[in-house]
Amino acid sequence: MVSEEVKATYEAVIGLEVHAQMLTKTKAYSSDANEYGARPNTNISAITLGHPGTLPKMNKKTIEYAIKLGLALNCEIAENQHFDRKNYYYPDLPKGYQITQDKTPICANGFIDLKMEDGTVKHVGITRIHMEEDTGKSIHDVDVYDSLVDLNRAGTPLLEIVTEPDMRSGDEAYVYLTEIRQLVRYLEICDGNMEEGNLRCDANVSVRKKGSKEFGRRVEVKNMNSMRNVQRAINFEIDRHIEAIENGEEIAQETRSFDAVNLRTISMRTKEDANDYRFFPEPDLQPLHVSQDQIDAIRAEMPVLPKALFEKYTKELKLSEYDANNIISTKPFAEYFEELIKYTKNYKSASNWMNGEVRSYLNQRGATIEEFPIQPGKLAELIELIDNGLVSNSVAGQKLFPVLLEQPNESPKKIAEELNLIQDSDEDSISAVIKEVIKQHPAEAERYKNGEKQLVGFFMGQVMKASGGKADPKSANKLMRQLLEEN
Amino acid sequence: MYKTFNEIKAALEKGRSVQDILQSYLENIKERKDLNAFLEVFENSAKEQAIAVDEKIKNGTAGRLAGMVIGIKDNLCYKGHKVSAASKILEGFESIYTSTVVERLIAEDAIIIGRLNCDEFAMGASNENSAYGPVRNALNEDYVPGGSSGGTASAVAAQLCTVALGSDTGGSIRQPASFTGTIGLKPTYGRVSRYGLIAYASSFDQIGPIANNVEDIALVTEIIAGGDEFDGTASSKEVPSLTPTPLKQKMKIAYIKETLDTDGVDPEIKERIEQLVNCLRADGHELIPVSFAYIEQMVPTYYVLTTAEASSNLSRFDGVHFGYRSNEAKGVEETYIKSRTEGFGDEVKRRIMAGTFVLSQGYYDAYYTKAQKVRRLIQDRTNEILAQNDFILLPTTPSTAFELNSVKDPIQMYLQDIYTVQANLAGNPAISLPIGKHSNGLPFGLQLIGKHFGEKELLDTSAYLMDFC
Repeated sequence: MVSEEVKATYEAVIGLEVHAQMLTKTKAYSSDANEYGARPNTNISAITLGHPGTLPKMNKKTIEYAIKLGLALNCEIAENQHFDRKNYYYPDLPKGYQITQDKTPICANGFIDLKMEDGTVKHVGITRIHMEEDTGKSIHDVDVYDSLVDLNRAGTPLLEIVTEPDMRSGDEAYVYLTEIRQLVRYLEICDGNMEEGNLRCDANVSVRKKGSKEFGRRVEVKNMNSMRNVQRAINFEIDRHIEAIENGEEIAQETRSFDAVNLRTISMRTKEDANDYRFFPEPDLQPLHVSQDQIDAIRAEMPVLPKALFEKYTKELKLSEYDANNIISTKPFAEYFEELIKYTKNYKSASNWMNGEVRSYLNQRGATIEEFPIQPGKLAELIELIDNGLVSNSVAGQKLFPVLLEQPNESPKKIAEELNLIQDSDEDSISAVIKEVIKQHPAEAERYKNGEKQLVGFFMGQVMKASGGKADPKSANKLMRQLLEEN
Repeated sequence: MYKTFNEIKAALEKGRSVQDILQSYLENIKERKDLNAFLEVFENSAKEQAIAVDEKIKNGTAGRLAGMVIGIKDNLCYKGHKVSAASKILEGFESIYTSTVVERLIAEDAIIIGRLNCDEFAMGASNENSAYGPVRNALNEDYVPGGSSGGTASAVAAQLCTVALGSDTGGSIRQPASFTGTIGLKPTYGRVSRYGLIAYASSFDQIGPIANNVEDIALVTEIIAGGDEFDGTASSKEVPSLTPTPLKQKMKIAYIKETLDTDGVDPEIKERIEQLVNCLRADGHELIPVSFAYIEQMVPTYYVLTTAEASSNLSRFDGVHFGYRSNEAKGVEETYIKSRTEGFGDEVKRRIMAGTFVLSQGYYDAYYTKAQKVRRLIQDRTNEILAQNDFILLPTTPSTAFELNSVKDPIQMYLQDIYTVQANLAGNPAISLPIGKHSNGLPFGLQLIGKHFGEKELLDTSAYLMDFC
């Protein structure tokens, strides 16, 4: 084992290649449905099957999606581009080549600024984003004798996002993937689900001595089917490289696969097996021209992105970074919040409700915000009841909220009235309750007077109980101290 | 026997039925079986079509091609019918969809009579590369009909169908037309949808007709041309009426000196063209000798680029998804190797190898990139000439048809394309017109290259030349 001090003299150099399946209705080059989970080999026409004489039929939506992501990642959008063929043989690649963009990616030279947990900002360059098509799926573990091929996925449009070798740890890679996933979901161009394979990631990892300008020998890691596994695989690779270097061993330039069971990487193939893909311009598709007007039109339709929302929430609404991050976690959640703050200016309370009661309701049911029964306007009414001192925060949460969930179209105030939850801030009636409580607990009252001031909590509890939770805690607290002293 | 659509229309007027007409073609096909022009006669579907078209004629709802009987080269897909590109690798393969051109012909009530033999994957200039045996020239069976659309040309020459579709990547329509005394048009690249044409070289391939008169060429081209959502390289430019009309003014025609001032061209062909040049001049047209510096580079450029594209286009024939699969193979790697080794013929393999080589790392720039640059030069020079002239006139072929098995050297065979590849490299429309008869008894063609999407002018002039000569 290499000591932490030795490890600290090294730095890792990491670049990621992410493949995002686009959420278009049809495939990249045919009218076949683009859907996950259909019965094998049902979304296949002559084009998907690569039958003789077929030609690719460009799905223009893919260009729009690519430009959206490019703009979100601060890329330059190429005005003129073409498609290329990447030639290789595999049973799940029916044409014997993949249509991709080799020489002229649609987007290039972008960046993303990652917000790290410690508050620092990590700048990661985006080398390029290009469009290509997915392959089918080879299935080796279902049939005892044969490998099976499902071509439903063949021709699914993909965006490949390639970073500069700017990341230095598995943690940075993890944050990068989190933000990319959030971005593609906000843009509604990809489901962003690594477990289902619609977001996939390959990592290029090398290690060098800190301060060195040269890169170490690079290894590509594949088959990591979750963001955590990307982080784990990278961290494993970094340790493996450092240990090898320390032991004077050479690192092979190879492709490795992550073994999710044993949490390690294993060699898949070495560079000697590398294919010559014989890229050349795809003659069946016209070169693509993207006009500035087209780019401007797409820019105008871009949704507000999480980064802008975060800025707004922390700077304008004065929410904590933690709260802001929770609100922007998903687009629909942020959209609900945006709607909510149209009705209430108590942003802090709105955020607390969203990140508290609302989220725990959703979590308990495994539901999404779209399925949440209470409309933002009603939730704002509830917040207003608290702000006006008509119900206490705890009563609102424990008693009013559950009823409102059942009767989401009812006015919260009406429910509070019907359930007799409007809190009492009338000093006379509260005093009467307090006096009664003190009378019932003479020993505790005596101890209070002798200096055990923390017993005020005990008395408050008794008062709330006796009042059925309706006593306004603020007034009750004040009166309580007064009456205990006077007792 | 029906040589042209006009003859068929006259017969229909006189009360003959489409079924009768089809029957006479079917009998001709049987009589000329030794030509080996048809790989398969679609007798059943053609007869069903004929019954339906007769019914439509009776009801007055028939399309513009009612009564026309059309053969299709065996690289055009027709749903529910076999298609093999004359290759063993597609033996028994049936198409699950119909090519755009065939669909358009059927929509106008043409009868599709069968699929025509050709060189395997349209690679060849003699039709000797078919896995199903060579086609013989209808005019002299000891001679080749040319290629790759040899079946198409021979069938039209022998009147086994009214018109036939071929495909032209480097001369595959025009050279066989020249060898069989028929007319063959390669339209502008992008004028006709390639959807359903088994690709040889995508940026060169174009479907076109062979027929016995210019009117039939014009009508069929007009119907098959036009944009297609299934082919992104097909132009959506409007298709004008292509019916030939008389010339409105005198023409300016360039002829390429290098194609005549060479020993490579048969003296009688040269003489005929010079004679024609003088006649046209005498008729008031301007005939301008021009120079074309890249004649020698054309065939090499063509072969670098077409083999590159072919090596990729033919990757899908891998024995896994469709077509021929070797019985010997174990495992996927061996399935690829054995199926392709056994399924492809020598010429196809030669071109796949060449194309794979020119695209390989380390050779790409020296071959592929360079050839692309030369292609651009050829395009520019062709456009330059056509900016100042209406047409370019040149021989279709350097010689008349040759005897079967007489050309063994592949390079010698490739040089058959010397005058035809220019139109494919530059994308222009080009037609071969049967204007000559050699002392050896065989015909030869004259070639006219037109401006991009200038099919109308090209056909008007063709009609004029056919009458004039």
